[in-house]
Amino acid sequence: MKRVGKPVFFIVAFLILFVTYTSIFGIHGRNGDIPITYIKGVNDIRWGIDIRGGVEATFGPKEGVDATNEQIDAAKTMIENRMVTSNITDYEIYADNTNDRIIVRFPWRVDESEFDPETAIEELSATANLTFREGMEYETSEVDVNGDVVYRTPAGVTAENVLLEGSDVASAQAVTYQDPTTGQLSYQISLEFTEEGAAKFAEATERLLNKTISIWMDDVMISYPTVESVITDGHASITGNFTAQSASSLASRINAGAMPIELETKYYGTIDPTLGESALMAMALAGVLALVIVSLGMILIYRLPGFIACIALLGQVGLSLAAVSGYFGFVSSFTLTLPGIAGIILSIGMGVDANVITSERIKEEVRSGKTLDGAIDKGCKNSFWAIFDGNITNIIVSLVLMGVFGPTNIFSMLFGPSTTGVIYSFGYTLLVGTIANFIMGMTASRLMTKSLSGFKFARNKWLYGGKGK
Amino acid sequence: MKKINFDFVGKRKYAFTFSACLMALGLIFNFIFGTQLDIQFVGGAIVSYTYTGSIDGQQVEDMVQEVTGRDVDVQTNQDVMLAGSENTVNQLSLEFAGNNALSLDQQREITSRLQEQYPEQNVAQSESNSVDPSMGQRFLLKCVFALALASILMMVYVAFRFKKMGWSAGVMALVALLIDIITVYFTFIIFRIPVDDNFIAVALTILGYSLNDTIIIYDRIREKRRTAGPKTDLGQLVNESINQNLGRTINTSLFTFLAVACVFVVSLVYNLPSVTAFALPMMVGVVSGCYTTNFLVGPLWVMWKGHVAKRRAAKAEA
Repeated sequence: MKRVGKPVFFIVAFLILFVTYTSIFGIHGRNGDIPITYIKGVNDIRWGIDIRGGVEATFGPKEGVDATNEQIDAAKTMIENRMVTSNITDYEIYADNTNDRIIVRFPWRVDESEFDPETAIEELSATANLTFREGMEYETSEVDVNGDVVYRTPAGVTAENVLLEGSDVASAQAVTYQDPTTGQLSYQISLEFTEEGAAKFAEATERLLNKTISIWMDDVMISYPTVESVITDGHASITGNFTAQSASSLASRINAGAMPIELETKYYGTIDPTLGESALMAMALAGVLALVIVSLGMILIYRLPGFIACIALLGQVGLSLAAVSGYFGFVSSFTLTLPGIAGIILSIGMGVDANVITSERIKEEVRSGKTLDGAIDKGCKNSFWAIFDGNITNIIVSLVLMGVFGPTNIFSMLFGPSTTGVIYSFGYTLLVGTIANFIMGMTASRLMTKSLSGFKFARNKWLYGGKGK
Repeated sequence: MKKINFDFVGKRKYAFTFSACLMALGLIFNFIFGTQLDIQFVGGAIVSYTYTGSIDGQQVEDMVQEVTGRDVDVQTNQDVMLAGSENTVNQLSLEFAGNNALSLDQQREITSRLQEQYPEQNVAQSESNSVDPSMGQRFLLKCVFALALASILMMVYVAFRFKKMGWSAGVMALVALLIDIITVYFTFIIFRIPVDDNFIAVALTILGYSLNDTIIIYDRIREKRRTAGPKTDLGQLVNESINQNLGRTINTSLFTFLAVACVFVVSLVYNLPSVTAFALPMMVGVVSGCYTTNFLVGPLWVMWKGHVAKRRAAKAEA
């Protein structure tokens, strides 16, 4: 047998412990007051919404309506804009053109104690169609919670005659306005029209001088000013019963523009962060417990190879975490969900198996009376292909899972991008776990066994499952 | 240590009978309980809340029915532990009848009515899921496709890697896998777990595990056939292969089982139904995978080979 040098064990073991330690705790530094992350640890992992809480929703056109790809893509861009304007930056969004679906996932906003997921979903998919109409005829009116009257659904000439639309507005801004005579502060929205819009608006204000133009958001009339002069410079403002918040919310909705198609919510799921956090703690506890039980079992049953297997398993955990947190520059970080954690635990099971098979084979050879070096060599060789094939089948499973449930790939043509990121996450962690198994269970643990067996204390066959000297 | 030498091939009739009985039992349960598909597949809505103190379930049911005009199943769960916190909470879950999604307006109304009705109880929405039936069907289709594709690809791989054992090796492995998947499926039925995407994940994992077991035994058979003479009895050879592998099979299955059992117990303590629903069938699947590989795959393959040999002999005579 080609002996592996004695220092190899220490080099490999050190490398494994280093990778595992840093992938758990990360390496952080400080530049003055600014904390810098050199290497990402567990705390930098992006948790899925099932753990840190959040919202998932799927939108689509009304039943029976067939949307074009352009409409779906435009609607997707619109939803993205709306998320950015409402300060949701950490979102995921997919457009599924095959099935006319838009899938959105975003985390619970921690800064808001009274986060209302239903309203957030509704605002994202709202039609947000701003119109300027002639007159102020409406069909129904009702009194809302604050005692203000809400006018709904344009009627008569107001319904027929649309003067301008949201697309004629270049930008909208919430501004404060101080009444020059009373000195009272109020909020309003200042509009700047596009060139085309300015021309339309000039024409309309000329025709309807001293008459009413009403401004509508979707189905609700938000303002009904009387035209006092012809406006040709392309500027206008919407006054009304605004608070600072409602004015800026309306301004951002106008800026985000109108939805090209009316969307329905086909699916929504929300989860509160405290429950998710509890689930995460529980899974971490289960993971540590499982690792301890398995390690003890391995050492008791397989002695020295069992001990080496524990180091290799630790390394596998480290590599899996590293692949998720974005530890290596070339692997971008990945959102870890609960099934993702299950995937890591399962791939560790495969890692255990790889070590069990090798240790069993070594034990067999030792008992059949081979020399120690010969037994280790033969044991490693005999077990190689079985482990290899097992790993390949696992890779097949994980690739299929990632393909069918992933965002965009060859299967998307059949089914469209995923609606459930949960299974995708399971596939991903299973894949990286299996690759880690190739590195740890098949390479590192063999190197360590061969190297360690060169030491005098480790020559006793009992350590490998033999009967002892 | 004494050498175990169990006659897996010779005692195959017992194993076949046992498996057949198990399948029949599962079918009976399936017939009685029916298959419960999760709302993910068929559409529907479930909303959960946390609260402190006490809430009258009947009162909630009436209110929700009034708001939505739908039948609703109200369940309360007392003193649920939260990991990483000393407090416990009570959970209230509303499961709506029918396969339609719940509108955002209705859900918001239910939440505000609950908070109005029970101002002291700190009612807060913890989880909600509402699926349109058309979405669910597509998802189900996807899952079935993934399962079928993965099985076929794995079969092709096994058949390719063990060419010398013939295509029958791949087919027999597939039979064992089918039994494993059906066993996992029956576990969902018997424990009244709605079949959801968890089932797909568990089924695929068990597929991988069980096939891995099979591969390791095939690997032994392949190795033994290389060294053994052509006259060696196939049944004896397979028996030896399985017996020599027994240590590995049992230990690996035991470790995997223990690891999943840890997840199961912890998720039971902290009431994480989504994790429990994953871990329990997984435990059953690990046991089933270990059993089918040892007791079914090898003996079935020997039977098949024997059958082929007999037919060939008959042909040669004629």
